Amino acid sequence: MIDVLLLAQESTGFFPTFLQTLIKGLALGSIYAVMGIGFVIVFKGTQVLNFAAGGIAMAGALFMSILVNDAGLPFLPFSNPLAPEIGTTPSIPRWLINLVLALIIAAILGMVLERIAIRPMIGQPLFSMAVITLGIETALGPFNRDATSLTARSLQIPWGLEQWEFLGAGIPKSYVGAMVAAVLCFLSINLFFRSRFGVAMRAVAFDQEAAQAQGINVGRVFSIAWGLGAALVAVGAIFYGMGPFPPQGTVSQEIHPVLAFRVLPVIILGGLDSIPGALYGGLLIASAEVFAGQYLAQWTSVLGAGYSTIVPYIVMLIVLLVRPYGLFGSEEIRRV
Amino acid sequence: MLEISNLEVVYNEVALVLRGLSIEVPDGSVVALLGSNGAGKTTTARATTGLLDNHEGKSTKGTIMWNGQDITHMKPSSIVRAGISQVMEGRRCFGELTVDENLATGAFTNKDGAKRNYDRVMELFPRLLERRKQLAGYMSGGEQQMLAIGRAMMAEPKLMILDEPSLGLAPLLVQQVRDVISLINSEGTSILLIEQNAMMALSIADFGYIMENGKIVMDGEGQKLLADDDVKEFYLGLHGDESGERKSFRDVKHYKRRKKWAS
Ligand SMILES: Nc1ncnc2c1ncn2[C@@H]1O[C@H](COP(=O)(O)OP(=O)(O)OP(=O)(O)O)[C@@H](O)[C@H]1O
Ligand SMILES: [Mg+2]
Repeated sequence: MIDVLLLAQESTGFFPTFLQTLIKGLALGSIYAVMGIGFVIVFKGTQVLNFAAGGIAMAGALFMSILVNDAGLPFLPFSNPLAPEIGTTPSIPRWLINLVLALIIAAILGMVLERIAIRPMIGQPLFSMAVITLGIETALGPFNRDATSLTARSLQIPWGLEQWEFLGAGIPKSYVGAMVAAVLCFLSINLFFRSRFGVAMRAVAFDQEAAQAQGINVGRVFSIAWGLGAALVAVGAIFYGMGPFPPQGTVSQEIHPVLAFRVLPVIILGGLDSIPGALYGGLLIASAEVFAGQYLAQWTSVLGAGYSTIVPYIVMLIVLLVRPYGLFGSEEIRRV
Repeated sequence: MLEISNLEVVYNEVALVLRGLSIEVPDGSVVALLGSNGAGKTTTARATTGLLDNHEGKSTKGTIMWNGQDITHMKPSSIVRAGISQVMEGRRCFGELTVDENLATGAFTNKDGAKRNYDRVMELFPRLLERRKQLAGYMSGGEQQMLAIGRAMMAEPKLMILDEPSLGLAPLLVQQVRDVISLINSEGTSILLIEQNAMMALSIADFGYIMENGKIVMDGEGQKLLADDDVKEFYLGLHGDESGERKSFRDVKHYKRRKKWAS
């Protein structure tokens, strides 16, 4: 799968190259951060390490692909008035409507998974819960594989590979899209945490029994955490699917490992239960990865192809040596 | 009215902690539930507010009736909605939430009354108003106890259960907590006051129960219990030997009874 993204840019002068690398790092970091927030909200709300995040993210991207490609199906009434041009790339508004729908479906998937697989196990040790999420990941596998094993499925990105010229650097619209998406996600999560259910979720995270004693319905909070978590990782997957990221505007088998494993160093760095931590962790990991890919490229023969993909894990190990709780995590997490 | 009859609670399927407990809290009254460490007071509070699940506990026999409705196995959220709130032992404020947010959690079941109850809480505890944007975790024990009581008030309960609200507070603050409880009661909320500080509890209680090993061993009107020699000796330490191991309340009674036969 090795990364078109991570191949070094043709040199067009120091500054444009640097700027391009920086923006690429920010864009990839935005995607990691959104996925990280999706992971963190599940951990915060339900004390579950969600190792199904990769599978759920894939499924979310698949829902998107199904909606944008097969929207001519009669049971999708919105498709006809909005998309007489079935088979061609949709307009941006129609694409966005599909995006919202795909996220809603992903959220429902998250809530259903929580209800059938997580809720009955509430109160079990952290490790058992983590194994259950691994089970979910495995169970989602065939669905994701069957849908994508033959061909990658298009996400019908309206702006394709278009880019803006800026100070001599080419800035792909997808990069800007990823950053905008991350900012929106971050702002809405912050708003959510001030809302009635958001405050309830933080209360449950701090002291579940005391939250119950206030009449907070813990099951409902769990459900919301999984719904939001699923929608967020789906955002990450869909925006990672855009060119010029390696999937080149598709959802395919090849993005699954990235979705499943790259989020781990991000949230371990950020500290499992911290939303700002996920943001900074994502930006840091992605920048390290992208800058190493760009500026260590002449050592590829020594470092080995694809060396930049292990950079995140190296960064994670170094930070953990200095700060075992991650950059922003609370120390209490060590209890678990 | 809250009526607990012959309640048995078992932890971990084996440890029988409440052995046929019966108490009543009539509407509008303050009822004290006293007992030494491990008597089962907190367990009684948990059973009444549906929190046993969190501790692998179960009500295996008996009933808890609230205004004619059986709440023995109801969910905590339904019990709060039905009008019973608990101020838990150890305050249990949400340390990472601000004072305002803590109060907001208390209003979770009672959105409509949030504004009115918030004003009432702040009027009662001006200290909380000063600190409304501060994280609860950084407040003193006394302030946290006020917050915990205020948080319970946000649900506008008809019955408030307080589990050792005076624990770890300086005498002046204990007084203040007592006055606040009286005030809340005077506004129409029944109170079940769980305490080890018998003096404080009985001084405002209409009725008191003394429990030991999961059962009620004595009950009576507050003033009467306060005047009772056994209670005085055992709970108020008025005649007790300061140094020795605390005897069981029942031992005291047996001893007295035997003395009566002997004389
Ligand atoms: N989760 C639990 N599992 C097993 N046993 C428990 C559990 N919680 C309490 N117990 C036991 O039940 C008995 C009663 O405990 P409880 O906390 O109800 O007492 P209490 O009267 O509130 O005591 P204190 O005054 O110390 O708060 C004790 O012997 C205690 O060890
Ligand atoms: Mg207790």
